[in-house]
Amino acid sequence: MTRLTFIAFDGTRFEVDAENGSTVMENAIRNGVPGIEAECGGACACATCHVYVDEEWTDAVGGPEVMEEDMLDFAYDVRPNSRLSCQIRVSDELDGLVVQVPERQA
Amino acid sequence: MAETARTDVLIIGAGPVGLFAVFELGLLDLKCHLLDILDRPGGQCAELYPEKPIYDIPAWPVISGQELVDRLMEQIRPFGAEFTFNRMVSGLERLDDGSFRVTTDEDEHFEAKVVVIAAGGGSFQPKRPPIPGIEAFEGTGVHYSVRRMEDFRGEDLVIVGGGDSALDWTLNLAPVARSLTLIHRRPEFRAAPDSVKKMFALRDAGKIDFAVGQVGALRGEKGQLEAAILKTPDGEREIASTRLLPFFGLTMKLGPIADWGINLHENLIPVDTEKFESSEPGIFAIGDINHYPGKLKLILSGFHEAALTAQAAKRIVHPDEKVVFQYTTSSTKLQKKLGVA
Ligand SMILES: Cc1cc2nc3c(=O)[nH]c(=O)nc-3n(C[C@H](O)[C@H](O)[C@H](O)COP(=O)(O)OP(=O)(O)OC[C@H]3O[C@@H](n4cnc5c(N)ncnc54)[C@H](O)[C@@H]3O)c2cc1C
Ligand code: FES
Repeated sequence: MTRLTFIAFDGTRFEVDAENGSTVMENAIRNGVPGIEAECGGACACATCHVYVDEEWTDAVGGPEVMEEDMLDFAYDVRPNSRLSCQIRVSDELDGLVVQVPERQA
Repeated sequence: MAETARTDVLIIGAGPVGLFAVFELGLLDLKCHLLDILDRPGGQCAELYPEKPIYDIPAWPVISGQELVDRLMEQIRPFGAEFTFNRMVSGLERLDDGSFRVTTDEDEHFEAKVVVIAAGGGSFQPKRPPIPGIEAFEGTGVHYSVRRMEDFRGEDLVIVGGGDSALDWTLNLAPVARSLTLIHRRPEFRAAPDSVKKMFALRDAGKIDFAVGQVGALRGEKGQLEAAILKTPDGEREIASTRLLPFFGLTMKLGPIADWGINLHENLIPVDTEKFESSEPGIFAIGDINHYPGKLKLILSGFHEAALTAQAAKRIVHPDEKVVFQYTTSSTKLQKKLGVA
């Protein structure tokens, strides 16, 4: 099990245990983290699962692939540490990962 | 104004389910006319995920969204359905003789004895970019489509986005606008490489500006747009703008369906599971738009619904004809309709 922390826009922290191989988005939805909508169910087709990866973790998480970059064009207030959480897969290396939920999804 | 077009069955929505309904209705000799706000068939499959693989279409271990649409178009070709694209269906009313009249946002009329609503998650409409206060300028300074190029003549135009629409309109409107700035979050584009090349050529010739960043706010008074505030990692700056055209893709909205006097349940149309008929006799709802106990929003479920709706539609359009159950494998009659016998 890998520990993930979501920080909602109002500052509320959600610490959850995530299964390796699942996506960060799936864990947000399963645990009712507010502000993650995931309209397309993880197909990288809606940009409503946008998160900011905590600066400490950007290297471990890595950057988006081309398709995700394209979808990020539709997100709100995109920053260098923006990712679509359905495209981040949970693994041992991400134990302790912290992501922030933006003010709103597009 | 165009005269009223008549057909047997009007299908609202040309997504995969509306398309397959043409096949099932066609086998029963019913002619169809489909209407969609998109400019091409395929609904979500074509608009949201044309290149993504689908794994749960029976007998297709894997097929992309666009390929599924192409195959459906091929499969329904023998039935000569008519299509009207780029139209929002705005009105649906019952006439005195029990048939229906459908009206579009271009004020065209269509009449049929049966209406099949295959509207999926609703009509595709432009996404409103999350710029605070943008609503106040909509229609006066902010537009989501270009109906007449002349409306932009002599204006300070800002176009936002990195897809084909943003690039195409940048190229088309550059000669008429007083000034034109294209704004995109990054220097890479999701558009035809040729358009991107032409855009950079215009920029190098000093005809337009291209700025990397995001629009953070708008400035203006009483709906009169004056400037867009560009946010970049290095700070903010103002770009003079009397017209803003954001192209942020499409999203699905239920739209006018709510005004048609049909019972709705959480934006879906409740139906029975024998005919998939709505609360209004003669109006059927199939695919993602309907709701019944156990409903799954899957393409294959929509296909099944189309087959059963077709049987019920047949009884309404040709009440005196007996419907005999037949297989396409063995019925020469069906094969003639398909053009293979
Ligand atoms: C990313 C993604 C992946 C998916 N993967 C799968 C999968 O693997 N397997 C699967 O079975 N399903 C999948 N789906 C779901 C599948 O795409 C839908 O079930 C299917 O598209 C529904 O088809 P439909 O014809 O009912 O509606 P839609 O495809 O939504 O088409 C409805 C059409 O109606 C039009 N319309 C609506 N209202 C109006 C109006 N008033 N006037 C004019 N036009 C109107 C819309 O513009 C649209 O084109 C996926 C969906 C998404 C978003
Ligand atoms: S859930 Fe739609 S892009 Fe991630």
